[in-house]
Amino acid sequence: QSFSAKLYMSSAVLIFHLSHKVTRVVPESALLIVLGLFLGGIVWAADHIASFTLTPNVFFFYLLPPIVLDAGYFMPNKLFFGNLGTILLYAVIGTVWNAATTGMSLYGVYLSGIMGQLDIGLLDFLLFGSLIAAVDPVAVLAVFEEVHVNEVLFIIVFGESLLNDAVTVVLYNVFDSFVAMGADNVTGVDCVKGIVSFFVVSLGGTFVGIVFAFLLSLVTRFTKHVRIIEPGFVFVISYLSYLTAEMLSLSAILAITFCGVCCQKYVKANICDQSSTTVRYTMKMLASGSETIIFMFLGISAVNPDIWTWNTAFILLTLVFISVYRVIGVVIQTWVLNHYRVVQLEIIDQVVMSYGGLRGAVAFALVALLDEKKVKEKNLFVSTTIIVVFFTVIFQGLTIKPLVQWLKVKKSEHREPKLNEKLHGRAFDHILSAVEDISGQIGHNYLRDKWSNFDRKILSKVLMRRSAQKSRDQILNIFHELNLKDAISYVAEGERRGSLAFIRSSSTDNMVNVDFSTPRPSTVEASVSCLLREKASSVCLDMQALEQRRKSIRDTEDTVTHHTLQQYLYKPRQEHIHLYSRHEIIQNEDEKQDKEIFHRTMRKRLESFKSTKLGINQPKKLNKSHKRDRGQKRVRGLPFTQTKDVEFSDPEENYESLHMDKGVDFLANVTKQNCTDATSGIDNPAFSADDDQSIYMKFPPWLTDEDSVVPSQRARVQLPYSPNNFRRLTPFRLSNKSVDSFLLADGPEERPRAFLPETTHM
Amino acid sequence: MGCQSSHPSAIPELDEIMLETGFSQASVVRLYDRFQALDKEQKGYLSKYDLQGIGELAVNPLGDRIINAFFKEGEDLTDFRSFIRVLAHFRPVEEGKSNETGRPEPMNSRLRKLQFAFQLYDQDSDGKISRDEMLQVLRLMVGIQVTDEQLVCIAERTIQEADQDGDGAISFEEFATSVEKLNVEQRMSLRLLK
Repeated sequence: QSFSAKLYMSSAVLIFHLSHKVTRVVPESALLIVLGLFLGGIVWAADHIASFTLTPNVFFFYLLPPIVLDAGYFMPNKLFFGNLGTILLYAVIGTVWNAATTGMSLYGVYLSGIMGQLDIGLLDFLLFGSLIAAVDPVAVLAVFEEVHVNEVLFIIVFGESLLNDAVTVVLYNVFDSFVAMGADNVTGVDCVKGIVSFFVVSLGGTFVGIVFAFLLSLVTRFTKHVRIIEPGFVFVISYLSYLTAEMLSLSAILAITFCGVCCQKYVKANICDQSSTTVRYTMKMLASGSETIIFMFLGISAVNPDIWTWNTAFILLTLVFISVYRVIGVVIQTWVLNHYRVVQLEIIDQVVMSYGGLRGAVAFALVALLDEKKVKEKNLFVSTTIIVVFFTVIFQGLTIKPLVQWLKVKKSEHREPKLNEKLHGRAFDHILSAVEDISGQIGHNYLRDKWSNFDRKILSKVLMRRSAQKSRDQILNIFHELNLKDAISYVAEGERRGSLAFIRSSSTDNMVNVDFSTPRPSTVEASVSCLLREKASSVCLDMQALEQRRKSIRDTEDTVTHHTLQQYLYKPRQEHIHLYSRHEIIQNEDEKQDKEIFHRTMRKRLESFKSTKLGINQPKKLNKSHKRDRGQKRVRGLPFTQTKDVEFSDPEENYESLHMDKGVDFLANVTKQNCTDATSGIDNPAFSADDDQSIYMKFPPWLTDEDSVVPSQRARVQLPYSPNNFRRLTPFRLSNKSVDSFLLADGPEERPRAFLPETTHM
Repeated sequence: MGCQSSHPSAIPELDEIMLETGFSQASVVRLYDRFQALDKEQKGYLSKYDLQGIGELAVNPLGDRIINAFFKEGEDLTDFRSFIRVLAHFRPVEEGKSNETGRPEPMNSRLRKLQFAFQLYDQDSDGKISRDEMLQVLRLMVGIQVTDEQLVCIAERTIQEADQDGDGAISFEEFATSVEKLNVEQRMSLRLLK
């Protein structure tokens, strides 16, 4: 019997994952619950016994940890910690508020007698309030997966759902023990003890998580020779953190969350690629599977008439209260928060937050844990909880997406955007991204800087493999600083491997201090409205493009143009952020785009640097004249002697430029040669180097000219230090100073920029 | 990179800047901190290298053009005043403020925002976006899968769509008209820069 049920479950999971169309409308969680109900109904009809229910033990020890670990491990850390204050406020104060108000209101209504005769006291109501108040991470994730909201909103709701576990656990345990003691025996001391226990539980749980994260990172540092079981360590140690916290009666969810959150950076840096992939896929699989099972079990467990107690007033009022109080709580807290936040939370965000406060399996598991001897009306609570969970997951889950879309429709226009609008609109987005980057984040966060210093100096040295440390000089998950040296290395390596292949390969990440794979946080326009507007234009276009095609043949060219543009325009940053997905490993489309652009930009910079240094005054037109000039120059023989004839506006400047130019010229030419085999036969003005001669630059200039040992490439592009040293006009002489900066040596002090160890060998 | 924020009195010409750009003092201070953080050698000026050092710009299709927009023609250095002047274009538009006649156009008005964008397209500053310039921009903004022929086609259609006087190039007025339905005020505003 159980075997057949399991078969049904697995086939159901497969079917749901195959049909994306269905899940676009109905959240998967809802479907699973319905299916569970269905199955339970079958079993009940067949045997008149209740089939398996979701026992709290199974839930808390086997089903919940993978999900929470998955959430923690893939948590976008910078975003999380950046909004930690907000998240904590909602998680702690919000949950307490919800619990208190719901419990007390229910009690008040009970006193008025509408509910009829029940064997309940105030404490029971408060206990019930505390377990029904918590927003559930599983349910939230399941639903938000379908509804793409902006990242700040997502992290707030999601973070809240994770962190409120501490509050829930404390409240639950406190009230549970109060109920056990009996209402009359509760003293003020006990209340104080309760409050203290909150801090102990939450901070203790966090501490346990951090300790295990440290342990895990340390272990992975030394697993170089046992690569096969690296993934095993990750899972085992994380699970240990969960169990340990549970054993110590601390908040286990917090423990495993913070274990995942804190270890991710080091573990990802330390373990090899294959292990990393294994970990990722396994985690997703476990989390996905657990989630499926949880929801199905929720459905199945509901079909258990033994527990069904129906009390209309109680159930209805519970639903009403939790919704209403959540809204009130969110509004008040947002109002307070907006005074302290730079990026404000708008009405739409608040709507989504209130509406997205789903209850789920955690509440159910907690209620199932209740002792019916102490809580006489346990069955009532269970039934109500089931209904509440079903309501929020199914109804709210189903309607949140249309709600969000309805809000979006109000803001956008239903019109086929014209070519110009699309193009310029996209340009505006890019411009805005760039200006945002230039104007910087909200300001140097003192704490963040301190942490990153500490991390860089101490933590990473301990926890990261030496090889990983080397390739990550700065730890913060932002783009590292580029200098021209990195650019040259990057482009050179690219040309060595063949332009397009290089761009498409995944191993370019360590080339420069650029981390292509992490999504970059955006503080811009953190309102749902703006992001939704983006979605609107792309959705509208597709439908209307189809219509257009049907309308007239004459406009096919137009449609094609639109379609091409739509498909191939580079996406602005706001659009291609897809932070967290339970069911997908985030595809690397963005990486490709980034690499293409990066490659192009680096080449352009090299060329423009080259052109300015040669003293040619370049207007911003295409470098046609440049091409001509340089072609002529080159024809005349050895490049070195040639450039000597160029006016020396500034002797040292040009000498430095000589260094650079030789490197740059060489690269540009190698580039050009390799570029002609571009796959789609693109003759790209942006890509093709300017000059057309290839013969003269077959060898790097230093090889043709020099009478001394060929210096390494890095040495070649070093800038001499002192500006007034005319000794340097003699043929290539290695500079003794190793200053890694391309800036003209104006100042007395040159701080060497962070640079990579040898990455290319030419 | 200093972690402390500057004292308002350390910023030169603070009052004129606030008047000209419309930024609040807090914003000016914040941007001054940013300016100093970018200015690695504490020169008091920013060079193109400083801005190129911002990694995110390297993966922005228009990154380099925007960098160039901070620098005057032919110059390689920009001071804080010019820096913040450019950023002033991206201040959010205050709602409800009517256009008072007689006052100079505020820097963050729709017109100014569009002028800034236009200037990015119009590299030779002749007041028109020629076919070549449009082609260049398109090439920047589109993936490498798009062939040149397709690109030429797209560029021509784009110009065709916007060109009203038939000269084969897009003037500023035509540009402004072609995007009049777009919510420029919102799309070219940074909430951070109040």
